[in-house]
Amino acid sequence: MTIKTEIREGGPATSRSASRRSHGEAPFRFLSTGAGVLLLGIMAAIAVFLIGEAIPALRADKGNFLTELTWDPNSSQVFGIGALAFGTVLSSALALVIAMPIAVGVALFISHYAPRRLAGPLGYLIDLLAAVPSVIYGLWGVAFLVPLLREPSQWLNDTFGWFPLFAGEGAIGGKTMLAGGIVLAIMILPIIAAISREVFLQVPKMNEEAALALGATRWEMIRMAVLPFGRPGVISAAMLGLGRAMGETIAVALIFPATFGISFQILTPQGNSIAANIANGFGEAGDIGRGALIASGLVLFIITLLVNMAARMIINRRKELMKADT
Amino acid sequence: MSKQIQVSGLDAYYGSHKAIEDVSMTIEPRSITAFIGPSGCGKSTFLRTLNRMHEVIPGARVEGKVLLDGDDLYGGNVEPVSVRRMIGMVFQRPNPFPTMSIYDNVAAGLRLNGRISKSRLDDTVEESLKGANLWNEVKDRLSKPGAGLSGGQQQRLCIARAIAVKPQVLLMDEPCSALDPISTLAIEDLMAKLKDDYTIVIVTHNMQQAARVSDRTAFFNLAEQGKPGKVIEMDETSRMFTNPSHKATEDYITGRFG
Ligand SMILES: Nc1ncnc2c1ncn2[C@@H]1O[C@H](COP(=O)(O)OP(=O)(O)OP(=O)(O)O)[C@@H](O)[C@H]1O
Ligand SMILES: [Mg+2]
Repeated sequence: MTIKTEIREGGPATSRSASRRSHGEAPFRFLSTGAGVLLLGIMAAIAVFLIGEAIPALRADKGNFLTELTWDPNSSQVFGIGALAFGTVLSSALALVIAMPIAVGVALFISHYAPRRLAGPLGYLIDLLAAVPSVIYGLWGVAFLVPLLREPSQWLNDTFGWFPLFAGEGAIGGKTMLAGGIVLAIMILPIIAAISREVFLQVPKMNEEAALALGATRWEMIRMAVLPFGRPGVISAAMLGLGRAMGETIAVALIFPATFGISFQILTPQGNSIAANIANGFGEAGDIGRGALIASGLVLFIITLLVNMAARMIINRRKELMKADT
Repeated sequence: MSKQIQVSGLDAYYGSHKAIEDVSMTIEPRSITAFIGPSGCGKSTFLRTLNRMHEVIPGARVEGKVLLDGDDLYGGNVEPVSVRRMIGMVFQRPNPFPTMSIYDNVAAGLRLNGRISKSRLDDTVEESLKGANLWNEVKDRLSKPGAGLSGGQQQRLCIARAIAVKPQVLLMDEPCSALDPISTLAIEDLMAKLKDDYTIVIVTHNMQQAARVSDRTAFFNLAEQGKPGKVIEMDETSRMFTNPSHKATEDYITGRFG
């Protein structure tokens, strides 16, 4: 019965279904472009608001906003992003240097070494690390890590004090860049490990077997086939992690003593970052102070944007190379 | 540089699934041995037991003996890694390392054996590419990506990579199945040449190819659907293709099944 009607309506049926399809398409297209436009609109509105708030403060700045180290917008009105941007970059770079080898190692272990029974739970555990609220990391850092680091810091300073990062004459240990860097590293580890693990799992079996059949050990196989193949993915994971570390607020606000200087000494009690400074100062800021903090937030936004663009460029160049391959 | 393989009573498993059962055979040096048989009868599985690549698959294991000139490849203190350095392998789909240049692909195995001087590396790469009949086509673009070559060139690159480490035996699993007739002929010519130096084992679905290139042929088949694969018979290729002693072999060769 149904078959018969379908045969009879063969011609018109197709045109009807086509028109029905375009019926469904119009609202969907409207919805999706609408959502896109709305999103852009919201972003533009935010940008306009932030820039509008920041400009009067920047006008009132009696120092050079880009190079000035002090941050005193409320009384002397001399303030600049110099020390804050430096602290942001140094602490995040430190976090990345600490997190990368561990995250890549963990990802390799899960993807290529651990027996399947262990790999699943381990991956889950790493993902769980990402779910811990950052204020917990901050509190843990202050209450546990800072005292714990005191002796190792002293030792590093005694032994490798000639190395600029470990140098410093006065107090050693306490609320240091090292403590902040380690806490940040733990916070960005899950995302880097999770992405790297995914990338390593995508390495074609036939490339791995090619290496093994040449007589490569598992580690040699990883160096030959897995790491080169995964490099772009790992780089993008690292950049994502770096972005997170730079934007992280509350944990570093708890740990950093909010100093305003430029120093590479990671073992002496000093450190600050744009995000931490905003968290610390927004409450008691006046009009100029608020505008200044917003301006600093815009700088943070530009830095993360640059990092992301750099990452994208690296990945694209890599992709082009691979495309030439195939 | 070429050794004999003796297999006796070999079973291979994937987990609890027995893929091949009780395979025994002798593979002579400086000759080409072909494995033929219907799909799924365990030719690849068996081939991979010969250089201990089978056990790379999780849950896979082997029982029985494989002797390379009398030395048990599955002996207690034998490293799979050293077995694979002696017994090279070429896969069904060309698999050059996608991130490496032509040169680095060929050099990859050599670099595993520790530090090696640039000039010796250069020499061996050239020699291997010549050995794989590829040198003339790539000598001007050694630093270009290996994956930028045609399928047939890639497969010869993989052969060059395998012979660069001077193995005793070369295993090839359907090396021409992804290639056009011209590239296939190029590889067959190459096999005929390599046979002077290596023990060669090739899996093929192409009867003409088996007849053309091989000295001896082994016919694999499932005893029954769902049962493990077995060697039905093994003989001189000329005899096998003119006067097989089993009905199943004859049926398979003449294309009546499989
Ligand atoms: N990785 C694997 N895991 C589990 N079982 C496998 C695996 N590879 C092969 N098998 C099984 O082992 C048996 C033999 O497979 P094998 O690939 O050796 O056959 P083959 O003769 O090479 O077939 P073909 O001619 O199609 O390549 C088949 O039943 C197959 O399903
Ligand atoms: Mg096969």
